[in-house]
Amino acid sequence: MMALPKPLNDLFRPPPTPGVLGAFSQLDTTVAAIKKLRAAGQTDFTVYSPIPRHEIEDALGQPVSPVRAFTLVGGIAGCAIGAWITLWMSADWPIVVGGKPVGSIPPYVVIMFEMTILFGALSTILGILFNSLFAARRLGTILYDPRFTNDRFGIFVPAGSDKVAKAESLLREAGAEEVRRG
Amino acid sequence: MAETPSPTTPTRVTYDYVTRTIARTLGTPSRGYFLLLGAAVTLLGIGIITLLYLLRYGLGLAGYSHPVYWAVFITCFVFWVGIAHSGTLISAILFLFRSGWRTAVYRTAEAMTVFAVMTAGLFPLIHIGRQWYFYWLIPYPNERGLWPNFKSPLIWDEFAIGTYFTVSTLFLIMGLIPDIAAVRDLATGWRKKLYALTSIGWTGSNEQWRHFTRGYLYLAALATPLVLSVHSVVSWDFAMALVPGWHATIFAPYFVAGAIYSGCGMVITLLTPIRTLFGLEELITVKHFENLAKLCLLTGSIVGYAYACEYFIAWYSGNPTERAAFWYRAFGPYWWATWTMIICNGFLPLLLWVKKIRTNITALFVISIFVNIGMWFERYVIIVVSLAGEPFTKWTNAVYNPTWADWGIMAGSFGWFFMWFLLFVKNFPAVSISEVKEVLPPPRSKPSKAHA
Repeated sequence: MMALPKPLNDLFRPPPTPGVLGAFSQLDTTVAAIKKLRAAGQTDFTVYSPIPRHEIEDALGQPVSPVRAFTLVGGIAGCAIGAWITLWMSADWPIVVGGKPVGSIPPYVVIMFEMTILFGALSTILGILFNSLFAARRLGTILYDPRFTNDRFGIFVPAGSDKVAKAESLLREAGAEEVRRG
Repeated sequence: MAETPSPTTPTRVTYDYVTRTIARTLGTPSRGYFLLLGAAVTLLGIGIITLLYLLRYGLGLAGYSHPVYWAVFITCFVFWVGIAHSGTLISAILFLFRSGWRTAVYRTAEAMTVFAVMTAGLFPLIHIGRQWYFYWLIPYPNERGLWPNFKSPLIWDEFAIGTYFTVSTLFLIMGLIPDIAAVRDLATGWRKKLYALTSIGWTGSNEQWRHFTRGYLYLAALATPLVLSVHSVVSWDFAMALVPGWHATIFAPYFVAGAIYSGCGMVITLLTPIRTLFGLEELITVKHFENLAKLCLLTGSIVGYAYACEYFIAWYSGNPTERAAFWYRAFGPYWWATWTMIICNGFLPLLLWVKKIRTNITALFVISIFVNIGMWFERYVIIVVSLAGEPFTKWTNAVYNPTWADWGIMAGSFGWFFMWFLLFVKNFPAVSISEVKEVLPPPRSKPSKAHA
């Protein structure tokens, strides 16, 4: 791995977290494992899946992603910026075009609309990136398996040396085809 | 997303099959691929040489003659922006409608969107003549104290195209990230390094999917009104002017329908060779082509209706200039362009009512080429013929003929578009891996009640 400057390294390569990784080949066994883990009081585990599935989402019962707030704020800000640049720039160089008022709202709606979309989309992207990055920071560097982007589901349970055995047996009971410690 | 298994994919298609089939398209290219890429680069070379001539000797080399000062370059601009539109229709609008079939074709369509907008953007820059002053279009504080005129449709266009390019590029890249991660986990050598870097740490964890799926939904929801606005704004470049044949309220929906019609044509043109070259027959099936053909039929019919409407209103309005403009269009010196457009866009899509034609990929490929020709001529007719036939300036009419410089730049634009497209499909997954899996029944230990 390429060496990064310290602040970047802290941000992108959080220290490893000890725990157990279980690989599942079926969706329903994965969902069952998630339910068991939650019943056992675990909440800080990570589920890997090749595609987003509502079954997993429902079993995890997480709140709706805060990305929507980014979209809303970005969109409103974009609309305001669109109104501001058109009206202010018209006032700064007041020139009558086509006998219309210097600051004419109807043609400026087009600019306001486009800026709403542009800033809304940009802040949505930032929302996805930031939220994923914060989540990664919180979880630390955790075990991963390249099959999780292909056809396997995975669950990583962070556990210290005292709880590893319990987490391992829980994953096995739920139907994990493979369990390893890290 | 879609709970029901897609009727378009046979059951032996599993998650693993999908990943491997699509990852295989990224292997060492065949001779046919290099031939196509070579042809594209050659065309681009012709375009670059023509552009250098235009820079050295000026726009007089192109066929501009009074009163036709918007000609082939602007025609190509509208043509390429139009091509872009069906990509966003398939990737964003059909995503919001939860159409399962879009998953196999949307990545190609979305890439087509990005590269078509990149191509379109070149034309206004070439058309302004002094390309090195292009930044005058951008509102920035300058020593002249000038600001752009926001009441001009050309400035709206700049904002619309700029936003469209940015948003559709982001949408394409965002959708690519999980798929790049999937091919990263199979790749070796330099490709592995490239994909490790470009997948920016994607693992498919629940946190990532939680933010990704939400964000993707909002991007689609933003792209949907955007795509409808972009071609409306392009149409207002014309409709806001008083030229007969341009000044019509029908222009925005008429242009949007035409854009999607031409774009669906281009998607068929692009998918046919890709499907065979890359062995994707099981993922991109006849059903997908049929659905694209249905979109062509729908939008082509709207375009045909718009033509009829334009002529009817020109007659019914009783406005002599409007009547003269449309008479000139159909029976003037450019009758051949007008009738090419009417036959290719008004009548040709009607063949798609026949299921036998809709499900015959060769027939669709041929039709799609004529769709593209027809839609290019539509823009030529609207722009060049309306200007040439402008009754107010009739006495100054010169015959407008495009020159080698017009054709050279146009050939270059095709080379530029196909070069980017070919490079894309060989280096990044041209079919969405994760979204194709979404419409497959997931692996279960016992059959679920819903699918029993």
